[in-house]
Amino acid sequence: MIELSKEQIRDIIAKRVALEFAEGDVITLGIGLPTEVANHIPQDVHVIFQSENGLTGVGKKAAAETFDKCITNAGGVAVETKQGAAFFDSMLAFTMIRGGHIDATVLGALQVDEEGSLANWLVPGVLAPGMGGAMDLVVGAKRVIVAMEHLAKNEPKILKKCTLPFTAIKEVDLIVTERCVLEVTSDGLLLKEINPMFSLEDITSSITADLIIAEDLIQMAV
Amino acid sequence: MKKVISVLEAGSLVKSGSSVMIAGFLRCGTPVKIIDELVRNNTNELTLIANDTCIPSHDRGKLIVNKLVKKAIVSHIGTNPETGRQMNAGEMEVELVPMGTLVERIHCGGSGLGGFLTPTGVGTLVEEGKQVFDIEGKKYLFEKPITADFALIYGTKVDKFGNVFIHGTARNHNLNMATAAKTVIVEADEMVDGALDPDMVTIPSIFIDYIVL
Repeated sequence: MIELSKEQIRDIIAKRVALEFAEGDVITLGIGLPTEVANHIPQDVHVIFQSENGLTGVGKKAAAETFDKCITNAGGVAVETKQGAAFFDSMLAFTMIRGGHIDATVLGALQVDEEGSLANWLVPGVLAPGMGGAMDLVVGAKRVIVAMEHLAKNEPKILKKCTLPFTAIKEVDLIVTERCVLEVTSDGLLLKEINPMFSLEDITSSITADLIIAEDLIQMAV
Repeated sequence: MKKVISVLEAGSLVKSGSSVMIAGFLRCGTPVKIIDELVRNNTNELTLIANDTCIPSHDRGKLIVNKLVKKAIVSHIGTNPETGRQMNAGEMEVELVPMGTLVERIHCGGSGLGGFLTPTGVGTLVEEGKQVFDIEGKKYLFEKPITADFALIYGTKVDKFGNVFIHGTARNHNLNMATAAKTVIVEADEMVDGALDPDMVTIPSIFIDYIVL
């Protein structure tokens, strides 16, 4: 089995997630790996990035000459705004998020299970970052995409049932890792794409949930 | 006319044991000078209501590092390891609230509402101890309002009437929190001559009690 660097892994995932969007989609990206998705959106697809701290039309990271302490993304990083951008306060930000006005959200996860439930905010006694806006995002966005590394310290993260505290129940629609793309269906997890660097066995042996293999299983674009 | 006070006077208004909403999203749009004054005064036993506990070296994060907070009601603490440490050691109580729920609880507190129903948190630890309602086949949690003794907020520009303009994403929780506390103090970068253009007002003057420049 091929060994990928952290950077390669993140790049593969971000590039693949970036193919999921349609013209005009409003997208909220989580912090960390999901933020990198913005760097890979195809040039002919125009999307609007919403940030939960109060901005639609998030641009790239601010340069020294465009830096403004009062224009940041949800990770606290100073950003530029795109033409057509808008600022708003937290109440409107969560009206957008919970009210179904966001087409898709991309979030990282510690675990996802075959029902599309996910865990990403608490490891009891070890790590308690808090949920921030994640619980609202996964409940409110029309489409929930989990973008995460396939394994955590060589342990599976795609499970029959999450063992960590849930962020939300049955809300995930798509899971993208460096090894594969899985769709959450009412029958279970549908394996749709495999990274050609890996075998089917590499996938099935690293996921504890039951998998349905798509009849038209294809190679993941990497 | 709203009373312009010094940062020292603002600090002395906030007594130990108070509940304090402090606006800001990480380091953006938060009243840094008033927070520093609370640290200098060792104003402690605070109940902090905020988006997050920032980072240890800055603004709300300093309140945590200096052990001035008895209870924090926040949505995110991951950027300040000291918050997690005090929580796990039992030195501080932390109530983690989904951000949208925190916003709406403050909104209810400021707008005379007795609470609201949200689908956020259904089936998670957030549901514990809460009433669950079934509305047309969908589950919702009942969440209660939050109010506070003080709201400490940020303004980019103010006028002598107390109207506030806030630039960019610094708006975040400022308007909402200004509606939900008994005493509201705005720390502004600048006071304009005359009055703000009414079209430019982010927070109407009636919510503001004191101005710190």
